[in-house]
Amino acid sequence: VHEAALCAALLARVEAVARAEGALRVSRVRLRLGPLAGVEAELLARAYALARAGTLAAAAELAIEVAPVRVRCRDCGAESGAGPRHLRCGACGSPATQLLSGDELLLAGVDLVAPAREGTTGVR
Amino acid sequence: VPGTVRVLARELAEPLHAANAAVADGVRADLARRGLRAVNLLSAPGSGKTTLLEATARQLAGRFRLGVVEGDLATDRDAARLRRVGVPAVQVTTGNACHLDATLVAAALPRLPLADLDLVVIENVGNLVCPAAFDVGAHAAVVLLSVTEGDDKPAKYPLAFRTADLVVISKSDLGPACDDFAVARAEACVRELGNTAPLLVLSARSGAGLDAWCRWLTGLRAPPAGRLSGAITP
Repeated sequence: VHEAALCAALLARVEAVARAEGALRVSRVRLRLGPLAGVEAELLARAYALARAGTLAAAAELAIEVAPVRVRCRDCGAESGAGPRHLRCGACGSPATQLLSGDELLLAGVDLVAPAREGTTGVR
Repeated sequence: VPGTVRVLARELAEPLHAANAAVADGVRADLARRGLRAVNLLSAPGSGKTTLLEATARQLAGRFRLGVVEGDLATDRDAARLRRVGVPAVQVTTGNACHLDATLVAAALPRLPLADLDLVVIENVGNLVCPAAFDVGAHAAVVLLSVTEGDDKPAKYPLAFRTADLVVISKSDLGPACDDFAVARAEACVRELGNTAPLLVLSARSGAGLDAWCRWLTGLRAPPAGRLSGAITP
């Protein structure tokens, strides 16, 4: 339900970065999203499509990279892949695991379109 | 050449919740400086959060003082219930928002008599989805699961149950009527989420299990002010 609010914050940050770089527009917004972040990628994408209107990112694609769920075992020390609902140690089965990856919600980066610098060759 | 452009790739790796996380860290640090801890209390609507807090206040009356930040979509009925049993309670109505965030909690805390309290309880909006994704500045999280709900609820709501420091099985007096609820199955679901938090079975109505609950709560009492740097949860 909070995907819309999240998009507003995301776009505010994206626009701030674009302005600081003197960009004309944003061509891609890159997110890194873990399955345990509490955000549905599809809902986020839908909210983003509405929220980007009228911003420097009005035509920017949203690229969502899904982060893997990984845990480290506090008992045997092994690192293993896990699922969002199955977070026991993959090696010894212990429930005493620590999440290494899978709950992140990161603005990984942005691709900006900026005026070509004088004396350099730009792309059209 | 006029009209030419270049594409700049900028790597940021910024958490989108960074602003809320910073406010939450501030809330935790401020409470710690006052020698206080805060507990984030989560559950589905109707699991008995407010009833448990009423019973807790009666049980601890005169020896351990709770203050409550009460989150609700609308109405201040729950805060009024707590005030009737002598608990200072401030209501935060979130309107259509499905959760409390650190900014709402930070704004509500000064309305509590913090100097007179031993513990702050943040009773979150009844919802097991959205509140789990927002740090409200608490030092520990408690999730309630009543025996009238399914014992597989932790498997359905992994976010809330994965990060709980304590799981309370509430309404145990209704156990005989809800004999399809097995505490062992609920515990297995919590363990499957990689969480080794203890489970406490209690009934606010009969009083069963309240002693253990109150021991857990009073055990959260902060060390003398100034010695605590921040969160005790990972």
